[in-house]
Parts: sequence; structure tokens; C-alpha cells
Amino acid sequence: MTAPATTAPATKMVSLTIEGRQVSVPEGTSILEAAKYAGILVPHYCYHPGLPVAGVCRMCLVEVEKAPKLAPSCATSVAEGQVVHVHSEKALEARKGVLELLLINHPLDCPICDQAGECELQDYTYMEGRADSRLRDPKRFNPMEDFGGDVIYVTNRCILCTRCVRFMDTMAEDPVLNVSERGDRAVIGKFEGHDLTHPWAGNVIDLCPVGALLSKDSLNKVRAWEVDRTASVCPNCTQGCNMIVETRDNIVVRLRPRPNDAVNRFFMCDYGRLNYRWINRQDRVETPLVRRGSDLVTADWDAALAAAASVLGGANARVIASPMLSNEALGLLARLIAKTGGSGVYRVARGERAPLPGVENLARREDLGANVRGLELFGFTRSETPAWNLGAGDVLVLAGDEQVAIDASAIGSPRAIIVIGGTLPSWARGAAVVLPIANFAEEEGTFTNVDGRVQRFMQARSAPGYSRPSFAVLGDLLALLGEGTGFMLAADAFAAVASREPAFSGMSYDTLGLRGAPTAGGAGR
Amino acid sequence: MGYPHKSHPRETPVLSKHFGDPEARTLAGWRQRGGYRALEQALGMSPADIVNVVKESGLRGRGGAGFPTGMKWSFMKPGDGKPHYLACNADESEPGTFKDREIMRWTPHALIEGCALGAHAIGAETAYIYIRGEFTEPLRVMEAAVREAYRDGILGKNAMGTTKRVDVHVHKGAGAYICGEETALMNSLEGRRGNPRIKPPFPAVSGLFGQPTTINNVETLAAVPHILTNSAQWYKEMCLSSPKSTGSKLFSVCGNIRKPGNYEVTMGFPFKEFLYDLCGGPLPGRTFKAIIPGGSSVPIQTLDEAEATLMDYEGFVAQGTMLGSGGVIVFDDTQCMVKQIARLARFYAHESCAQCTQCREGTAWTTRILERIENGEGQMDDLDTLLEIGENMTGKTICVLSDSCATPVFSGLQKWRHEFEAHIKQKRCPMRSAVAA
Amino acid sequence: MSASREEGGLHAPAHASHGSGGHGHGGTHTPIFTGERRQQLDELLTRYPNKMAGLLPALWMAQEAQGWVSEAAMEEIGGLLELTPAYVKGVVTFYTMYHQHPVGRHFIQVCTTSPCGVCGAEDVARAFLKHTGCGELGVTSPDGKYTVIEVECLGACGFATPVMINEEFIESVTPERVPEILGTLR
Repeated sequence: MTAPATTAPATKMVSLTIEGRQVSVPEGTSILEAAKYAGILVPHYCYHPGLPVAGVCRMCLVEVEKAPKLAPSCATSVAEGQVVHVHSEKALEARKGVLELLLINHPLDCPICDQAGECELQDYTYMEGRADSRLRDPKRFNPMEDFGGDVIYVTNRCILCTRCVRFMDTMAEDPVLNVSERGDRAVIGKFEGHDLTHPWAGNVIDLCPVGALLSKDSLNKVRAWEVDRTASVCPNCTQGCNMIVETRDNIVVRLRPRPNDAVNRFFMCDYGRLNYRWINRQDRVETPLVRRGSDLVTADWDAALAAAASVLGGANARVIASPMLSNEALGLLARLIAKTGGSGVYRVARGERAPLPGVENLARREDLGANVRGLELFGFTRSETPAWNLGAGDVLVLAGDEQVAIDASAIGSPRAIIVIGGTLPSWARGAAVVLPIANFAEEEGTFTNVDGRVQRFMQARSAPGYSRPSFAVLGDLLALLGEGTGFMLAADAFAAVASREPAFSGMSYDTLGLRGAPTAGGAGR
Repeated sequence: MGYPHKSHPRETPVLSKHFGDPEARTLAGWRQRGGYRALEQALGMSPADIVNVVKESGLRGRGGAGFPTGMKWSFMKPGDGKPHYLACNADESEPGTFKDREIMRWTPHALIEGCALGAHAIGAETAYIYIRGEFTEPLRVMEAAVREAYRDGILGKNAMGTTKRVDVHVHKGAGAYICGEETALMNSLEGRRGNPRIKPPFPAVSGLFGQPTTINNVETLAAVPHILTNSAQWYKEMCLSSPKSTGSKLFSVCGNIRKPGNYEVTMGFPFKEFLYDLCGGPLPGRTFKAIIPGGSSVPIQTLDEAEATLMDYEGFVAQGTMLGSGGVIVFDDTQCMVKQIARLARFYAHESCAQCTQCREGTAWTTRILERIENGEGQMDDLDTLLEIGENMTGKTICVLSDSCATPVFSGLQKWRHEFEAHIKQKRCPMRSAVAA
Repeated sequence: MSASREEGGLHAPAHASHGSGGHGHGGTHTPIFTGERRQQLDELLTRYPNKMAGLLPALWMAQEAQGWVSEAAMEEIGGLLELTPAYVKGVVTFYTMYHQHPVGRHFIQVCTTSPCGVCGAEDVARAFLKHTGCGELGVTSPDGKYTVIEVECLGACGFATPVMINEEFIESVTPERVPEILGTLR
């Protein structure tokens, strides 16, 4: 397809009627997608917008007027003037028939199935299925299989939709899964010794519409109806995959991808997905601490903030910032540095790039922290070894949790250390002030991803003890130093930061929404 | 000649003329019998002219669907700059059908000639003959004949001394009924599981290796050279009933009948005379009970229906069934229809590719219910369930294997429902107990 | 006497030496596609526009060499045709003619689909089970000589009951003929 750029024709629109609603969609759109656009869900299993169309589950059959047979709406393109009935008796009967056939050999072990509550087999049967079973014959039985990686295959629950096979073939480009055998003996298979170890393989768990592919990590730990779900952004590398944080009783129990075509489509990598336990870490500082002689003692926020402001008075703030800090926190730290005439560096853990070949520009990135781009935008410099030899005119500010162990001996002899973070590293026990802040899952904020896309994350759990959001703590500290009046809301902090940083000009939480927007300078897609 | 018996005087031996004659297998023998004259003639004609002759002849696909061959060929757009392919469907697997097997066994060069001719007509340089793996003898014969044809310059870079390239390759299947479905065959030939593909795109747009492809049955391709040498008119005049069905047709006959085998008759031949005169009628002391006239996938006829049938595409439809692949399966009065229909269902359950839900699950469930009824463990409402599953399996899947499994169930419950009910009421197979007693 | 016997006869099959000596899981795998067989495969691949199309033929060659298609053979073929072993296995398991386990030296397939079924095919299968000592369908006889299975339609319904023994196709088999047929096998 190489149409000259100058004469690129506008996409031709096709108008049709679905369940009595007029819709106009681009030529080539499937009936299923057109229905979705019209606000009508056509039940389906094998179809997934992120995968090639298979057209095999036959669940999405709809009635198209004047067509001799029911049409698989996922594999049928719209046509001008088409009249589609999703809920006609014929279509409903057909889908009821598919559901019955999918359930005859299904174990119906919903009470012990991890998928229960978020299972499309349950949902569609509830919507359109039979209330009884006519099966009088024994059910088929196949043993479970460990697929390697984080994935376990509960064969009996499988409906052979082949989403997993297609994902591994076309997205991961690592065809380790197949359909084995045929007829009702068919199962998803793999080859002995070749496991689901691809860095993105865990997506097959989300793609599985039923409880056939399960995560070993969350096996028997999560009930779908017990968790709270929060829109967030994966902090585990600079890609910034959109995700959902699932918590139960204030504990993060699972991370899952949240669709965003501009960033991660429907996927997130296994590293990001499984690297959540640190969010729940128990060794958090829960109250502000100030130095009294040889001891760090608890203090209230006013006293602690006053102590920090006083330590900073007349000194240069030398900031070591975490890549897990929000744009809001980094912007305020940048103002602190500007105010005191200091400087800022960051350190970030590194890993190997692991792309998902089927999606352009999607990879687990080398930098294993969320906001490296934000750090750069706010003037922080990367430092592999912060051998600063700080002196009496300097105050070391450790902002955010240390991600790469800092060599204390190289720091020198600063006037004092201020820790603004969730934990207190052993080398910093001599700190003058410790201001406990929330981590990314405990506050609202934004990250700037590797492509310069600014994306919001929401608060998924409450911060322990007296910890406060980073923007609030830094805002108050700046106020004590004569800069501004602090912030009650993350949105206000963002507005304040954005007003000074040209890359964020014109942005607000409202305009960012849940999908984010590219920075003015960055490509950001 | 005929095989395994001599041709009956009322047969029209065109394709079967040399069945049983080992000399016709060799290139020299084939040439003596007029072989390769049609190809020579065709290579001097424009593809469009050949297509027109085939269109004019009224030849329709002999694999089952009966699509007009000339029209199918005309879908191949000449000069589109893409490689075109011809696929010859020699995966003959429809229970009751064994006609292509004999064409390949006895007249391999007839098929090679048809393939080369067809390839030229659709602008293809390559034809693949996909032969089911179980056909070991046809495979050996075809491979030997292809070698001969290459050696003799009939095939290759300069086919028959012309500047046209025609390659014909034999490709061996590996055991899968569904590969007789045209798009499944293409997947199989490409080295994939034999899963039927969603249409559109149709093969003429995107077939083998994603390129424009025509796929024809063995019998169809083997008939084309005769049409070219004898004229379209000659072929069209072979017609005893509907003008939409022309030419001669091979029917395979099997089951409970005196003289099973292949018979070639003119389209429109009366089925009754066919069964009793040509095929010798029922075995001594028995009577015909049920007849599947077009391979196991078509509706089962009662004897009355069969006897009223004229043997062409329209004639079979008029009597509630289809010509299909021309595989005539005869059941006599010693057969239990429940058992036979259960056995057919088992076949389809074994052969389902597993893609579509209705087929994967429906064929297996249907089989389990039927076998349970046959074993005397059925309940009356199982019959309604069977009909409803059959309804769910009809017209809703990528290919028609699922429909084919439901078809005999519908026929059985419509025409021999009393046998099903007797099984359920007596809690055993009445036929089996009769034999035992 | 059927013509197929005239044509092929009941001689010992070309690969009569396979069977018990197959490559077990975890055993060392002697590459199949070397020398002449490799050349044969390369030649075969020229018939198709891509390597994948060579998969079914390559699997046939492996089965001819080994008597079955081992997982090691699947890996070897995958390597040659640039396919993953999982893909190859998905294909192998689709087709019924590839043996995924070693089978008896004489692999006997009896068609029992309806047209043959009504002509007594099940009795033919029983006769083979009895006279080979296999006892059960799919089980190899203790001497490793025979495996008997029932298969779906062999496409020779007019010659009920057709039986395939390795590459040989025998028509019109009756239970009475079974001992004679077995007698010709070594």
C-alpha cells in the first residue's frame, strides 16, 4: 500500500443499521467493531482487537438482513445499507447453541476457578445461555499442564479460542503454543522443553477469556469480586504501559494491562506485571522523623517540615532522585534545587531491552524506572556513581526510594542528609530529617514515558501511617522556603509544575485523561 | 473396459474407458489411446478460448458442489502479475466415494493432461495434485506418470515443445478427511494443519501461498481433455434430463449391493435402473432399505425416493438429496439405521478439524448420544436434543463438515424415527437382538 | 485376486527394519536429513515457493527413515524448515498417518467406516487382532511385529474391506483371508 502522500484518499465511510441504530464507520470495519461503536456488545470469544481474526468460536454470529446465513460479525466487513440484528431470535438461538456446546465438556468448577467473576463464559452464559444442561454422557477429562513461565493450563476449561496461540505467533513471534490433535480431542499444546518463557508471554493469561490459562503468581489468591481496581501506569520501566492495579484490603495483589493504543495496545510484559511486591513492602517509615542527638525521633509534620527547611537554609540542595517519582514531585524538586542553587542526579536500575515484536515501539526498556524522561526534562542528570565529595555547604536530599544502592563512602561530608521517601536506607540513618512520602500506588500523579508521553496514575491504596503524597510534602517544604503556598490536590501541583515547564504547556489532568498526551517537545506518539 | 467388472452396455465410458487396462497407464500406451492431443491443441489456444469451450460444455465440478468449471476458471484474472496456481483435489475421502482413485490408478496421464491443460487455461505455471496419503498405489502410479511426462518434455520449462512452462507436482496428504475441503487442502499443502479458511477471500483471489488459485476435482480435470478433443457440443449432448447437468459422471457404488464398483453414466440416468440393472440389485434374499447417493454428507434417501430419482445435480435435489461426490452407499434391510447413522457421526467427530465450536463439540456429542441410543440407553427427549444440536451445527461454521454430520441425523429422525424409538422403548437394538436370536 | 495385488503384491515393505529400534524420548537422535535424504529434501523444496510447504513431505521422509516421527525428528525438521518444534507438533498431531510412537513392523489399518462396516469390516479387524496376537486395537504384539488399528474411510469402499499394511493396499479382505495375508508377511 503505497498511495502517494499528497493524494491519500479520505477513508470511505460506510453507513449501516445495527439493532435499529444508525452508525457510520470506516470501510473494512467488522460488524462486531461497528456494533461496539454503536454501543452494542456482540458476545465473542476468539475475537480480540489486538490479534488477527480467527472466526472460529462462532459466538459472534449475528443476523444480517438478506444474507442467507448468520454472519460471524468478527470476520464480516460492514456494507453500505446493511441491517444487522444482534438480538434477533435466530442470532440468540445460535449463540445459545454455541454456549451449550462450550459448556458440555466444561467442568463448571467456577467455585474454585481463578477466572470466576471475570469469566466471559460465565458472563455470556448468564446473558444468553441455557439454564440447564442436557448432557447425559460423561465429560471429557484432560490433566492440567504447566506451560512454564508464569502460566498454567487448565485443559478442561479451555474453549479452544486460540487467542493464546495467535498471541505467541503474531505478537511475541515465538510460536511455542499450538493446537494439538483435532476434533473434541484438541487441546492447546506445547513442545517438551520449550516453555512460555517469552518476556511477554504472561499476556496469554489476560487474553484467555476463560479460566484455562492462569497465573501461577496469583493462583488461588485473587477472587475477582474482592479486588478494587485502579487505573495506573506501570512504573517498572520507561515504556509506561497503562495498567490496572488490583488491591485487596489495601494490598496490591495483581497488575494487569489497561488498553492504550498509543503505548502498549492491550499488553504488558511479565517483568512489569510480576514486579509489584515492593509496592507492599512492610519496612516503611510511617511518621516524620527528626534528629535529636544521636536518635531519630518521631515528630509531627509541621515540626519535621520546619526542621527540613531550617537544615536547607543557606545550603545547596544536592538531590538524588528516584525514577519512580512523579513529574509533580520532580518539578517541585527542581524548584527546590533552583531556589538553593544545588543540583540533581538520578540513578536507575538497568536491564535488557525486551521487545514485543508484534507491536511497534513496545518493549520492556533498559531503564527499569518509570520517569527517566521526566527526570531529564526537569534537569536531573544520570549518574552511575555519585562521587560528589559533598562538603559543609551541601545538604544531601535523597528523594524517593533508593533503586540502585548508593555508595555512602563516595558521598563525602555534607552538612546534613534529608530523606524524602518511603524507606530509610541504612547508610542514611544519620539523616537530619526523614519525611515519609507515598509511593506511586498511594498517590495521584503523572509519569513521562520514554517517548515523552505524560500519563496519569491514580491512587490505588492508602499510604502507611502518616506518610503524605510527595507533591504535598514538597509543596509545603517549598512554601516554608518562601516558594508558593503548597498544594492540596495533585492536579494543582501538576498545574503549577506545567506552568513553568514548556514541555508540559497547555496540559492539565483534564486534558490528559486516562490515555495521556505527548509532551510538546517529545515525539510521544 | 471397466473395473473391477466390465463396462455395462448402458454405461457411457469416457473417463472409465481404460479402467483395468494396465497399458493405458504408460505414456506410450496413453498416446496410442489418443492421449495428449488435447493438451497439444490447448497449448496453441488462448486461455480465454479454452475457458469458453469449457463454459460451453456445461461441465460442473465433480467434487461435490457442482460449480460450473468454466466460470470458476474465468475468475482467474490474466495478467495480474501474480503467480497463479492450480490445485487438483485428489484427497478423495468422502465415505462411499472411490472414483478418483480409479482415474489415478488406471489413467494417470489423463489427469496430468487435465492438470496441464487447466494450468494453461488459468495462467498458472504450477499445478499440485494433492493425493490423500492412504492412496499408496495411486500415489505410486501418479508419481511414475509425472516422471514420464517430464522425461518426455510434456511437462517442464517448455511444455510439449512450446515456450510455456507447466509444472505438475504430486503432494501426499497424511490422513485427514477435511483436507478434501478446498481451503483446508491449501493449508495442508502449505504445511499447516488442515483447517478450512474463512471465505472471503476466495481462492481465486487468495488461495495457495496467498496467490490466485483454482482448485478442481480429479474427475473434473480428467474430463476436460475429452471436451477439447470432442467439442463442447459433444459433451453438452450427453444429457438425459436437466440441461444444466451435462456429460458423463462416475458413480461409486458400495455397501449392501450385488456389484459394487464404479459406473460411468450419462447425466440424468434413472437411478432405479442404475441400482438394479447396472449394479445387480440387492444381495440374494435382501431388499434395499436406504441409499446415500452422493457420499456420506448428503441426505439419506428411502428406497422410494431413490427409485424416483434421475441421476444429475437437479434430479437428486428434486428427491431431497444431492449428487455430491457421486458415492452411492446402499444399506439393505439387515442394517440398523441408528447404528449406521451413529457410525457416520463417529466418522465426522473423528475428522472435525476442531476450529469451530459447533463442529468440534457437536460432532462428538451427537456421536455419544447416538451410540447411547444404539446401546439401549437412550431417552425419548434425546431425539429432540439431537435435532437441536443438528440445527446448531447447520449453516453456522466455516466449512460444512458440521452440517454433514447433522444431515444423516435429520434424515434418520425424519424417515426412520420408529427405529430410534424402538431402541429407546426396548432398551436395546432390535436388529441386534434379532440377529442374536 | 485384486489388481492392486497384481500391481504391488504383498512383498515385504521397504522399511521392514523399523519398529522396536525407534528413538525414545531423551535418547540420542541421529540426524535424519543427511546425505542423500538431505539432497532429496532440498530437491523437493524447489517445488514450493516457501520452506513450510515442505513440512508434510519432510515428515513422511522422517517416518520412512525412523518408522515413526519422534520429537527429535520434529525438532530437526523444524530447524531445517525454520519452524518451531511446537508448530511442527501441532501439524503432526493433526494428521492421523504420522505415528507419534513406534509401531509394529507391520502396521495394519482396517477401514471400518459405514460402507465397509455394513460389509463386515469389524469382523475383519477382529480376525487381524486374533491372528496377530495383538489382542487390542492400537497395541503392538509382544514380538513387535504387528499393530492393528481401525481407520476411517480408506477410499476404496467398493472393495470392502480394504486393509493397508504399511504401504500396501489390499482390497476385498474377508476374515477368512486374514491368515493367508499374514502368512506373506515376514
